[in-house]
Formats: sequence, structure tokens, C-alpha cells
Amino acid sequence: MISDQLVDLSRLQFAVTALYHFLFVPLTLGMVWILVVMESVYVMTGKMIYKDMTRFWGKLFGINFALGVTTGITMEFQFGTNWAYYSHYVGDIFGAPLAIEGLMAFFLESTFIGLFFFGWDRLSRPKHLMVTLLMAVGTNLSALWILIANGWMQNPVGSEFNYVTMRMELSNFWAVLFNPDAQAKFVHTVSAGYVTASVFVLSISSWYLLRGRDLEFAKRSFRIASAFGVASVLSVIVLGDESGYTVGEAQQTKLAAMEAMWETEPAPAPFNLVAAPNEAAQKNDWAIRIPWVMGLIGTRSTTQVIPGIREIKDKNRARILSGMTAVTALESLRRNPADAEAKSQFEAHKEDLGFGLLLKKYVTRMEDVTPAILQQAVDSTVPRVAPMFWGFRFMVGLGVLLLALFASAFVATLRGQCENKRWLLQWALYMLPAPWLACELGWFVAEYGRQPWTIYGVLPTHLSVSTLTPASLYGSLAGFVGFYTVLLVVEMYLMVKFARLGPGSLGTGRYLNEPAAAH
Amino acid sequence: MLDYPTLKIIWWLLVGILLVGFAVMDGHDMGVGTLLPFVGRNDVERRVVINTVGPHWDGNQVWFITGGGAIFAAWPLVYATAFSGFYWAMLAVLWALFFRPVGFDYRSKIDNPLWRSTWDWGLFVGGAVPPLIFGVAFGNLLLGVPFGFDDRLVSTYTGTFWQLLNPFALLAGVVSSAMITFHGAVYLAHRTEAEIQARALTAARIAALVLLAAFTLAGVWVARGIDGYVITSVVDPAAYANPVAKTVVRQAGAWLTNYHAVPWTLVVPGLAYAGTLLALLALARGRTGLAFVASSLMIAGVIGTAGVSMFPFVMPSSSMPNASLTVWDSVSSQRTLGIMLVAAVIFVPLILAYTAWAYKVMAGKVTAAFVEKHEHTAY
Repeated sequence: MISDQLVDLSRLQFAVTALYHFLFVPLTLGMVWILVVMESVYVMTGKMIYKDMTRFWGKLFGINFALGVTTGITMEFQFGTNWAYYSHYVGDIFGAPLAIEGLMAFFLESTFIGLFFFGWDRLSRPKHLMVTLLMAVGTNLSALWILIANGWMQNPVGSEFNYVTMRMELSNFWAVLFNPDAQAKFVHTVSAGYVTASVFVLSISSWYLLRGRDLEFAKRSFRIASAFGVASVLSVIVLGDESGYTVGEAQQTKLAAMEAMWETEPAPAPFNLVAAPNEAAQKNDWAIRIPWVMGLIGTRSTTQVIPGIREIKDKNRARILSGMTAVTALESLRRNPADAEAKSQFEAHKEDLGFGLLLKKYVTRMEDVTPAILQQAVDSTVPRVAPMFWGFRFMVGLGVLLLALFASAFVATLRGQCENKRWLLQWALYMLPAPWLACELGWFVAEYGRQPWTIYGVLPTHLSVSTLTPASLYGSLAGFVGFYTVLLVVEMYLMVKFARLGPGSLGTGRYLNEPAAAH
Repeated sequence: MLDYPTLKIIWWLLVGILLVGFAVMDGHDMGVGTLLPFVGRNDVERRVVINTVGPHWDGNQVWFITGGGAIFAAWPLVYATAFSGFYWAMLAVLWALFFRPVGFDYRSKIDNPLWRSTWDWGLFVGGAVPPLIFGVAFGNLLLGVPFGFDDRLVSTYTGTFWQLLNPFALLAGVVSSAMITFHGAVYLAHRTEAEIQARALTAARIAALVLLAAFTLAGVWVARGIDGYVITSVVDPAAYANPVAKTVVRQAGAWLTNYHAVPWTLVVPGLAYAGTLLALLALARGRTGLAFVASSLMIAGVIGTAGVSMFPFVMPSSSMPNASLTVWDSVSSQRTLGIMLVAAVIFVPLILAYTAWAYKVMAGKVTAAFVEKHEHTAY
């Protein structure tokens, strides 16, 4: 039996390292495009200030990017080091997008980022712009392949189980590539990154404006950030809403949990604006409900029904019972591949194999399953409702606040008044942490919401871990926390230092704070 | 579509090519990192050294990441078993690599001697530790690694961390370190001048001697003192990948079987010697560019020697030999191998083309005058 402690520690380590990595990724995804915009204006107008903007914001981008690279390697290592059975069980499908990400995207991004920083004197203006553009394309393609891999974890299309190799194997690459979950996630995630970068530039520019320094530089940066931000935040909200959630079963479970929908309501379902989910009683103690809204945004129709948690659990109970037969038949087949009866049983039930495997958390042999254990397994198929419900609501709330900020900033900058509106500038400054918080919450809702699975319906999280001792996990977790804390302190120190220095840190002689010592 | 046995062989070659690509590209900037504290005696000199790889280390590091991704996609069982089995060794590599992106990017942003020398040693760790550990890992692959599978194909490593540090594996670590240091020194000689170049040349000569001695000693050790592995059951190369369906025994001299069976494969270890000697000769004549090509061939020779010796084994198991991972039975499905081959055939030439362009744009000697002029932009 795999110890619960090992599984929990492995999950904790993955969560810590992924959430940490995700502090740096969204800013990178968006900054590259802001740099492309700034440099394009420079190439078209020849105005030096836009080159300085590209280089200064590029410098801050570089400080962030270094940690993105550092922490990204951890993610690739960790599937092998800590999730070895997962890597074996789904590597045939999951490994391919990761490898293609390297070949198609990460090489492009990383090769051209070197020329972005070092090539200013060696490349013509259009060529340097092309370098910046290729870096941006590479960065965003990188996100595409990672989200194709992640989308497959949420909605495992285009694959089937092979009992000889004891793993999932690819049956349709195009289905994996054009997985609707992956497409929706890609648009939502990169847009969130664009919002993050817009807030970053907007906030720091607002700080310069509040101090009345580097005005021309800050006003132009503010304008680009507010225009890019307003478009991006609309994209996050409109394209990233819950329309994708009715596609696969995993997403239905997630939807039910994050909306605290215990019962299946007649279509179009009402929306729980706020509620007090009660896990024990499987209901909400109280709720403020808006009729129709859930059905409309969830299904884009007035007739389609959204299943509630109780209905989902009833379905899952039947699948677990069928899955038990699949597990038993598979074990017979592994002992004797010529067993024709086991083979036909397995073929009849193999769609539910993953649900049967859920029971391996509690028992080794399927004969030992009691009604109480079955109930535990059934209950585990829906993630805890309260964290999902509130995590989602905080994320959406932050998104709405950001929409209001960008709309105000955009209007102000169009009227040419941004530097006079101190309330707006202060608001923009204080909103600096908001997109990071929203991104982390989004990660939490998506990944915690997939539990108890690593691959929805196929492979339980519990079985995915490497055979390691909890002591090893404590050691590595301590190492990661130690390294990451030091790195974060160093990164924040440099980021704050250079943000305070401002464009003067370029040493062009055109700005405030032209330092002798800073580079 | 190509048949399954052919794809399995192609992917063995492709993983080899990616590993050689990693060692040639990321290897030279790891070699530069290893040499940094020794060939750069003051801040300006160290900045010169760092800026020889400044625009390129990030792209080069992707060879490592893509190599890992390709092993994940093509040999998932090898990826799973090796990364989890070598847990602490892999974490040491990972943590050493942490020092590189931040070391390169943050070091020269603050003008403080302690700050800078800390990151210099960080870059040393990031350059020196990974090749050493990879060498030790290869040594252990040649010896066989204690791991096995249960009936669900869950792999368990049954050894300890310390037993990975045995004499033969440490010798393999020396081979790997000397190889990468030599390669980095050759690159530095190509991109620098005057004192730094002279120190790099000295380092190259020392590293070459260590490499030749250690590689030869390791070869003799493999021939005389280490049992190889042999598959004793009939192998169907077209069968589904199931690593527990064969029988394997340990046998003295088995790692030389391929050289006996196909004598022209001796070209591969020959390349290791020829590349080293040619590189030394070219350095002596001041032909540093040619020397870099020669030392790249040397790397192909050294890594290829390990590959050819073990073929078809990738990761033999010392405690449960039948569970050894081979080219035939630890691979992905035919469809995945085919799709990944298409991706590699399209993208590897593209990568080589734009990498070459990036080096061409940044070509020329990095000098003290250059780093002083670019105080605010260079590393």
C-alpha cells in the first residue's frame, strides 16, 4: 500500500513548486507582447523614448524571466522524480507535448531572448524587432503545448489503455492537440498573463506619475498598458468563462463543486452568488441565488441541464462498481495473458478501470471492498466544495476589479488626463498584487478541482507517486522551500531596486536617477 | 509509417543525438562556468568570460530540457525509473542548475564584490556539478542499477544514494567533468584573447590529459573488470514494450560484444581519441574554431562509446536483471514514436539554423573594452 503521507507530501511539493513557478510565468507571457508593441512603435516612429521603454521594461522582464527559467526546470524534473508511476502510465501521451514544447517553442524563446538583450548594437532595427517578435511567439507557443498537456489531464481524449504495457497509449494525436479543454485553457491562461503584465506596467508607471518623475516615459507606458490591459481583461472574462466547463466530465464535476450545486436543477439553473456550502449535509445552509444565470453562462442555452454533485456521485458509484470488475480482470490478465474470460470481462469494463483504481487507496484486493469503503471512494470523486466555491469567487472578483481599473485607466489616458487623477494612479498602484493572486487562485481551482485524479477518470493521484520514503520528501521539500525563499528575496530586491531607479538605470543620460554605480 | 523496430532504433539514435547536442551546446557554457573562477582573476576578466556565453546559455540550456522531454516522450519507463531512482542525484543537478539563470542575469546588476563573487561561485557550481553527476550516473548505468518492478509495473529503486558513488562511477564522473571542462576551455580560447586565452589554453591541455587518461582507464576497466548484460530470451523487436517479458544474465565482457560483432563501431571510441588530439593540435596552431569542432566530435565519441557498449540496454537492473530497460521494451508506442520523429525532423534543423545565426550575430572576441563599454547592457 502507498502511504497517504507520501502522497500528501508529493502533492504539497508539486503544489509549492508549481504555484511558485506560476508567479513568474504570467508576467513573462504578457511582457513579451508589451515589448513587441513598444519596439514596433520605436521602429515605426524612430522615437528614442520607445526604444528606452523597450529596454527598461525589458530589463525588469529579464529579472523575472531568470526565475521563470530556474523554476521551470523543476517542473520537468518533477514528473520523473516524484510522479514516476504517472510518467510511466501516461508518458506515451503526456511526454509528447512536453518534448514538442521544447523543440518548437522553448528553443525559439530562449535563443532569441539572448539576442533581445545583446543584439541591440548588432542588428538593424527591423531585425531586432523580428527577434523580439520571435521571442514572444516562442513564449506563447510554450504555454500552448504545456496547456495541451494539462488539458489532456483534465479531459483525456485520444488515448486508450493497453494491458500488455500497463499504460495509456496514444490513439489519436489530433484529438489531444485540438482538445477543447486545452484550447479554452490556453486562451484563458495567456490572457491572464497579458493582464498581469499590463497591471505590472500600469502600476509602476502610476508610481512614477504620482511622484511626478520621468513623465513622458511613464505616460506612454501607462497608455500602452491600459490599452493592452483592457483588451486582455475582456478576453479573460469573455473567453475564459465557464462555457468550456460543460464539455468533459471532469469539468462538470469541477463546475458543480465551484458553484456549490448539490442538486441537479431544472434548466436554466440558478446561480449561487454567495452560499454557505455544508459538506457533511451535502447542501448549502443558505444561499443568495440569481435565477437562470448559471444555466445561461454554463451552457449558453435555456434547455441544457447541468448535473449537480449528488447526480455526479450516483453516476460515479456505478462506474466504481464496474471498475472493480475491470481491475480484477486486469489482474488475472497480467498473471495469465491467455485467460480469455478475463480478457472479455476487461474489454467490457475497461472504460471504468480508473474508477476501480480509486479503491486501491483503501484496499489491495477488490474482494476486500466494504460498503463503507465504497462510499468513501464515491465521496472522494468530488473535490471539497468550500475551497473551490470561494477560490473561484475571489478570482472572478479580482477579475471584475481589474476590468474596472483598466476601463478607467483607458478612458483617462484617451482624454490625456491620467497624470492628474491621483485616485486612479493610487488605485493602479495598490492593484499590483491582484493579478498574481488571481492567477494562483485560477491554478488552484483548475488543479485542486481535478482531484482525486491526476488524469481525470483514468489515473488516481494516489497511485501516481514515485516509490520514495516520506523522509526523502521532507528533505527535498525543505530544500525547495529554502532555495525558493532565497531566490524570491533576491528577485524582489532587484525588481524593486530597478523599478525605483526607473529608466535612468539604462544610463542613457535622458532620465532621472542617472546612477554611476547601477547597471 | 515506419515499422516499430526501425522506430525503436531511430529513437535510440535520436536520444543519443540530443544528449550529444546537450553536451556540445550546454556543455561548453557549463565548461566556461567551471573555469570562470580560475581563468578570470578580476571582475573585468570574469565579465569577459561570462559574456562569451551571455547571449547563448539560455538557448543552450534548452538542449537539456528538450533532452529530458524527449526521454519522457520516447522512453517513459527510463525517465520514470531513472529520475525517481536517482532521486537525490537528480535534485543535486536541479539545484546546481538553479544558480545559472540567476547567476548570469543577476551577477552584474549590483556592483558589490561579495555579491559578484557569490554568483561567480554559483556559476561554478551550476557548471561543474551537473556534468560530474551525469558522468557518475552513466558509470552506474554501465554497472547496472538496483531496481525492479512489481506486477503493476511500479518501479522501486532498492539501493542507497551512497552506493552510486562507487569507484568506477566516480571515474566516469571524472571522464565527464574533464570532457566538459576541455570543451569549455576550447570555446573560451576561441572567444577570448591575451591572458584569458592563455589561461584557457593551459586549462584545455590539463583537461585533455585527464580526459585521455580517465577515458582509457575506464575502457580497460569495462573490458577487464565489469560484467555486462545479455538478453538470453528471444527478442521480438516489434512486440509491445513490456520490460518484464525477457530474461537477462550478467556476463563478463558483454559490453564488448557489439564491438566484436560489428568491428567498425570501434570508430566511435576512436573518435573520442581523434577528436581530443585534433583539438589539441588545432589549438597549438591557433585554429580555435577547428578545435571546437574537433572537441565536439570528441564528445560524440565519448557519449557514443557508452551507448554502443550497452546497446540494446539503456538501464540494466543489477538486482532484477530481467527488468532491465532496453531499446526494445521501455519505449513509447509506435504512434508516439512516429509523431515525435516527425517533430524532431522538422524542428531540429530549424533550431540548428537559428542557433547558428545567433552565434553569427554575436561572433568575434569578447574583450575588456567590450564589457566596459556595455556596462549597462552586458552581463
